[in-house]
Amino acid sequence: MKVKLQHVAHTRSGDKGNTSNIAVFAYAPELYPLLKEQLTEEKFKHFYGDAITGTITRYDVDNIHAMNFVCQGALGGGVSRSLCLDNYGKALSAAILGFELEVPEHLKTFLQAQELIT
Amino acid sequence: MKETIRIGSGAAWWGDRVEPAALNAEQGDLDYLCFETMAEATVSAAQVRARRDKSFPGYDTYLDDRMKAVLPACMRRGTKIITNQGWINPDAAAKRVAELLKEMGYPGVKIASVNGSLITEHVLELTDTIMETGEKTSTLKSTLISAEAYLGAEPIVEALKAGAQIVITGRVADPSIFMAPMMFEFGWDPLDHVKLGQGVGIGHLMECGAQVTGGYFMDPGFKDVPTPWNFGFPIAVVSPDGSAVITKVAGTGGAITLQTVKEQLLYEVHDPANYLTPDVVVDFTTVKLEQVGPDRVRVSHISGKPRTPTLKVSLGCTEGHIGEDMFFYAGPGALRRAQIAKKVLEERFKIVKLQAEDLRIDFLGLNAIHGAATPVDAPEPYEIAVRVAARTKTKEEAAKVGREVDGMAVSGIAHTGKRVPHQDRTREVIGVWSSLVPREKVPASVTYIES
Repeated sequence: MKVKLQHVAHTRSGDKGNTSNIAVFAYAPELYPLLKEQLTEEKFKHFYGDAITGTITRYDVDNIHAMNFVCQGALGGGVSRSLCLDNYGKALSAAILGFELEVPEHLKTFLQAQELIT
Repeated sequence: MKETIRIGSGAAWWGDRVEPAALNAEQGDLDYLCFETMAEATVSAAQVRARRDKSFPGYDTYLDDRMKAVLPACMRRGTKIITNQGWINPDAAAKRVAELLKEMGYPGVKIASVNGSLITEHVLELTDTIMETGEKTSTLKSTLISAEAYLGAEPIVEALKAGAQIVITGRVADPSIFMAPMMFEFGWDPLDHVKLGQGVGIGHLMECGAQVTGGYFMDPGFKDVPTPWNFGFPIAVVSPDGSAVITKVAGTGGAITLQTVKEQLLYEVHDPANYLTPDVVVDFTTVKLEQVGPDRVRVSHISGKPRTPTLKVSLGCTEGHIGEDMFFYAGPGALRRAQIAKKVLEERFKIVKLQAEDLRIDFLGLNAIHGAATPVDAPEPYEIAVRVAARTKTKEEAAKVGREVDGMAVSGIAHTGKRVPHQDRTREVIGVWSSLVPREKVPASVTYIES
């Protein structure tokens, strides 16, 4: 079944200059392999499109079932120069919650907020 | 040596709430209360303000509010305070706190101020390249406002050893503020990267205050926390090996869970195995997290690697101005009216020959926050603000944004909602660049006064 990332993982973004790190945390260890397999650097880059102008590096943090996407050129030239209302990019991590993953039926039970799956 | 020490957060940034700091001081049973009040551009912005406004003392504008809220409880309990509220003038901040203590009836309190991070005068000799661009830092000469190195915990430890009850600093790396009391109380060596790695890792979890206790976290239906209107600020109960339990005052809102701690663990981190700080290189990839009770998460096994020979330097530079304003549409067809309004503005900016380095016209309600990442099938909103922003070399050019938005009032299109301008719609841009400086070139100094 196709499921939005918001049911599989939670996210948080932080800023350093013109770089935003968008970290993705599996809701359950059982869901983490799906993330690693399906949310690749390439797909992540494609999803954000021109909103991220630089390179994207994914760091896997297996011990806490998380992945850290370090996105250069994501903050409009840097927090103080950015013309974006959200110049720190604190809302940037919400976009990827709409990314769709293929989740096998037997893992459905680990999804967050199943009653809200559309 | 104490079995554990209790370190509480009092602020995570300049604009942070004051009430939870007071609550931590009164009910946190704290040995240390630590405040982090600076952002990347804080020092440069303070320098600009100090030049224009001779009455600006150069320290945290909320110093009085914060200290009045916590000093009585801290003095009663014997809680020591470590704070970077000194900004560009830690000595003046120390003097002000001494005055407040005297007024409150607490004479004889030893206050330390830590100086040395400001290196504006020598930065171009001490640094070579701009980390973000690879260009020489000397290219910044004509626009440089201010430069400061990120100091580590050592000068704070020196102040604590000298018996200071309150330590006020300028720029110090955020997690170092929280790690300094661990070094002091447990006698850690500055080169003991195993213990310092664990300690700075805990400091990193603490430095953003409520972001580890449920702030910047709640998402209804997915990640709920109780009473998000009264988050408690975190308290770290630290053991001599640097492991800690993160908790908060009972009865406060929010939550401390594996989820909140994980999210904060990677906040503003790039390579999780190599988090660079002045004191140590932290490796979060070995961390062990355990929920040991309600709102209690034990954090252990964070690793450390030897510190680097350099310190990070921030260079703040004048980089022109931003002009910004907005106007509004609502009802059926709001988006099509916003779209033609955007075209009208683009054409008028050509007529008035706007010289912009960057121009952005957003539909707030549709694409102002995620920009190019907004899904193409995002639904049309009922209300839209057309928000216009331009970055320009001069203030005169930036002012053209507001002037052309004014033109939309009677020379716009149907159903344009518009505010009467009542404030300056331009602001100055301070660009921040980074470089590295050999650590021995930035000696810190500590001075003491008593209330």
